[in-house]
Amino acid sequence: MNFLTNLDFWFTTLRCTTPVLFATMAALIASRSGMLNLGLEGAMTIAALCGVLGSGFTGSLLAGALCGLLAGTAFTMLLAYFVQHLKANRVVSGVALNLAASGGSVFCLYSITGDKNASNSLASAAFPAFEIPVLKEIPGIGDIISGHNCLTYVAFIVTILIFIVLNKTAFGIHIRAVGESEEAARSVGINVEKTRYQAMLLSGLLASLGGMYLSMGYINRFTAGMVAGRGYIALATNAMAAGNALMGMVSSILYGFGSGISIYLQNNNVDPYLITMIPYVSIIVFYVLFSFYYKVKQQGEDSLS
Amino acid sequence: MAEEILRVEDLTKIYPGGVLANYNINFSVNQGEIHALVGENGAGKSTLMKMLFGIEEITSGKVFLHGKEVHFGSSKDAIAHGIGMVHQHMMLAPSLTVAENLVLGIEKKKGLFLDKKKAIEETEAISKKYNLHVDAGKRVRDISIGMKQKLEILKTMYRGARIIILDEPTAVLAPQETEELFEQLLNLKKEGYTILFISHKLHEVKYLCDRLTVLKDGRSIQTCEVADVTPEEISRLMVGRDVKLEYDKAKKEFGERILRVEHLNYTDKFGSRKVNDLSFSLREGEVLGIAGIEGNGQKEAVEILTGNRKAESGSVIYKGENLCEKSIAENRASGISHVPEDRHLDGSAPEMSVRDNLIAASLGRLSKKAILDTAAIEEYCASCVRDFKVKTASLDISIKSLSGGNIQKAIVAREFTAGADVIVLNQPTRGVDVGAMEFIHKKILEMREEKKSLILVSADLAELKALSDRIIVFHQGRIAGVLSDVPIVTEEELGLYMLGLKHDPEEILKEA
Amino acid sequence: MNKKKRFDWYGVIRVTASILISLVIAAIIIFAVADDPATALHKFLLGPFSTKRNFFNVIETMIPLVFCGLAINVMHKSGLFSMVADSSFYFAGVVAASLAIACPMPNIAHQLVILAAATAVGGVIGVIPVLIKKKTGANELVISLMMNYIFFNFGYWLIRNCFLDASNGSFSINFAPTASLGKLLKGTNTHFGLFIMAAAVIFMWILMDKSKFGRALQITGANENFARYAGIRIGGVVLGSQLIGGMLAGLGGGVEMIGMYKKFQWITAQTYVWDGILINLLAGTKPLMIPVSAFFISYIRIGALVMSRGGDVDSEIVSIIQGIMIMLIASERFLYRLKKNKEEKEALQNQAAEAVEA
Repeated sequence: MNFLTNLDFWFTTLRCTTPVLFATMAALIASRSGMLNLGLEGAMTIAALCGVLGSGFTGSLLAGALCGLLAGTAFTMLLAYFVQHLKANRVVSGVALNLAASGGSVFCLYSITGDKNASNSLASAAFPAFEIPVLKEIPGIGDIISGHNCLTYVAFIVTILIFIVLNKTAFGIHIRAVGESEEAARSVGINVEKTRYQAMLLSGLLASLGGMYLSMGYINRFTAGMVAGRGYIALATNAMAAGNALMGMVSSILYGFGSGISIYLQNNNVDPYLITMIPYVSIIVFYVLFSFYYKVKQQGEDSLS
Repeated sequence: MAEEILRVEDLTKIYPGGVLANYNINFSVNQGEIHALVGENGAGKSTLMKMLFGIEEITSGKVFLHGKEVHFGSSKDAIAHGIGMVHQHMMLAPSLTVAENLVLGIEKKKGLFLDKKKAIEETEAISKKYNLHVDAGKRVRDISIGMKQKLEILKTMYRGARIIILDEPTAVLAPQETEELFEQLLNLKKEGYTILFISHKLHEVKYLCDRLTVLKDGRSIQTCEVADVTPEEISRLMVGRDVKLEYDKAKKEFGERILRVEHLNYTDKFGSRKVNDLSFSLREGEVLGIAGIEGNGQKEAVEILTGNRKAESGSVIYKGENLCEKSIAENRASGISHVPEDRHLDGSAPEMSVRDNLIAASLGRLSKKAILDTAAIEEYCASCVRDFKVKTASLDISIKSLSGGNIQKAIVAREFTAGADVIVLNQPTRGVDVGAMEFIHKKILEMREEKKSLILVSADLAELKALSDRIIVFHQGRIAGVLSDVPIVTEEELGLYMLGLKHDPEEILKEA
Repeated sequence: MNKKKRFDWYGVIRVTASILISLVIAAIIIFAVADDPATALHKFLLGPFSTKRNFFNVIETMIPLVFCGLAINVMHKSGLFSMVADSSFYFAGVVAASLAIACPMPNIAHQLVILAAATAVGGVIGVIPVLIKKKTGANELVISLMMNYIFFNFGYWLIRNCFLDASNGSFSINFAPTASLGKLLKGTNTHFGLFIMAAAVIFMWILMDKSKFGRALQITGANENFARYAGIRIGGVVLGSQLIGGMLAGLGGGVEMIGMYKKFQWITAQTYVWDGILINLLAGTKPLMIPVSAFFISYIRIGALVMSRGGDVDSEIVSIIQGIMIMLIASERFLYRLKKNKEEKEALQNQAAEAVEA
């Protein structure tokens, strides 16, 4: 158990938390507006691919980032359009788009680079890592917090921003109203469809950032299947967040913790497939426990009233 | 001089799926009056108001405000024209505070942020001005229903409404809250507001309103001065039978009590005691009518009886067993059948075929081992359709394409042919055309001839009087009156029991 | 009253339109990407007919697709959206492979035991999400998705740990020769599992269309309140649907494992169950139509494979086609105008008729 005191372990935990934190925030803002964004997996995949393609061909990080953001967000808005305007079943269409994205990304990768598995031939740019000047000197905490990829810091800052937006701005309050009582929002003249599109836009942007972190943050290439279900894990972490962005941060860190453990074990010669299971197992366990707690709490409230 | 402020011409609404909710409605409202819109449940009142408020799209027809034609694409338009609506089901966001809900959509901002202080100030100001007390800082999910309603009214006034529509406002209020509400509405009238008051509670209409319009089956029937009509006349317009309901009922001696409800209790999730130490029994071969204003526990009581709801305490004894301990399937197997109140919610599966809806409660009976007996099913469905005159193009079409009356006849067919000895009916002819209604009545009496026992819960007093052998009246979760000589009972008398103004002594209630 | 069954024109038009639109989009992509688009398109559309082996590849691929389509059909009819059939399929394959390697038995007995075990395992896995949901309220979609990752990794680890072929590093050692479903036709890999598949289709047809359980399940999925009020035991019906679905997926995994393979080769997760969603939609959720839509999906899969051998168009184009098809069919508003006008006319006619009578 000595890994708990190993600073590297906690650093890794935060690193693993980042993409899931982005995805959880993406899920959160969509679900608070009443939209279930099941297309997170696909959005992250597409953004990861297009970021690499964009920066690989232009040599510029900015171009790559814009490509990734555009791709992931357009993908999410497509889902939003089908669900809101064409009244598609939101679960089925999310799943369908994810399938199209996972296969489509391999298709694009092959068509453009000739390689089905990874974008090795492209020299993609990467988001830089930062050291935080004063904090890094602090023993212990400094090693854990400083030196992360800039997107990691962005993820945590975004989380706090979302918390503030949802509680203190008119825009955030409109989103919550639309999600909690569509009729209430409509009756006071809020354009429900427009608000949901706006929430999905933000959701797409966040998911894209999460995807790009994977292919342009820590590792410098796109690999088929690299999102590995994080878009779905975010559904569980979002459920545990119960609408609160700060709780979403906690549940994402729980995932990061599980992921960290699996990486630590990998370095200690345990079979990789067994290790890969750990984050998923831990998420299921936490999610089930949380749901049970929530169910019991509801029953308690109902019987009291 | 009465000046017209609002008029509708030939207003029609058809919902996707083909349901006709309003058909060629015509009526007008005068400035500064309290105008009632009355009709049975399902008559189309809510739909009409939703069109006036811009929530529902008008299929055809015109709306005139101050003599000029208007089109509302959304409630924003309606609000801009000075129309406000207080809905039957609260339109508030639970996790937001009272102040946040009040200013929703038109918040004052400080940069990007909501000016919370201002919102609270304005809430307190408007609350004081109209004497409608609300707690500005509390979250809506934590306040009482009465306060929620006051908030809804304040919302309309905050947005500058001069015409306020109230959709069944007293349905969720306690008597004192209702009194308060009426006081405030009369105040508003004095200040020149125009109020549209939707209700099916005629005594309230009589007390509060100046004029009324009657809706029936989605159509407007008549507009008149409240002072010029009695509740009976209004009721007749609402239900609309010129011919008095009179059926040939064979006089009968009734058998023993085959079903006994004993000290039943039930509290709903909002904390109101809906069924309060209720006891009554059903005699073999009789039609037991249950009268009562909606919300006095009749629905909950019969749902407990059929197994659709779990009682808190008490028992229902039938054939030597306590039905409260049984599941719905077991209840049905014991011989209880149920025509529920809401044919769309749990009386049918709207998307499924007529055939599937007919056989749903008899799957076991119509199967040989685990396989459905197609021949038996076809025979059964054919006989249902034939004997109950269900007008349908085929057994395969979705049941939702049938008219309300035919859907109800199908449901009645299903429940009357399930081999039950006790049949419970809850508002069986609500929203149903005259022909279907008379047919269902005949069928009820046929069942009575065959020595079945029926419990009939109905808001239609004429129906109760025509069909019942005994009538018990519910008031606040228990029996207020037992009327055993039905032919001499008047609707006024029933009304007095229903309103809690008359109450039978214990000796009579014991015999219920 | 009209006794003839009304043909669901509206449904057929929508499905056909979705297929056509997605194929057109695929053609556009091919034209954009391929060096020789005409040849590529030709290979895609007619590839399966080009050789006997290619055509029977379609039949072979169809088998697991039918099993998975049937599994999704029964599981989703309940109204729940569990994807656990993926775990059932894969892990049943793992169990089948393990028994194929480790428990040699005489011919026929061996296959029967393997398939029975695969079916049972699939069924047990299938009910896990719904049981968890019942006890804790957790969402079955999330649970099943997590389980899929867990069962894939765990299953493959089991094979690696117990039966790894050291010389190869990824696959398992060979199955016993009795663990096979034979060959129906020389020169192809088509195996007797085809008949098991047919039996499964007939079983599902009887179950869903003709049995008491099937009807109760459909009513529960259509309106749970109504089903409960009618006395249908919802809990049992829903649980049964998940059990049967899991069993079908498990049987499919077992059949595929000993029918098509001589050793365990599933080093990545299999996607048949995800295709199953589309197969189910295309079939109008009718069990008898599932072989037809499975054949179609299998056909375009193989067609894409043949096309991809030419080198310039990757076979994954099929995922894009499938995604588009599902989106269109799942959109209520797609071609809704056709239905809406008809409904409004019917309602007004009804009203007029009733007014005349009254």
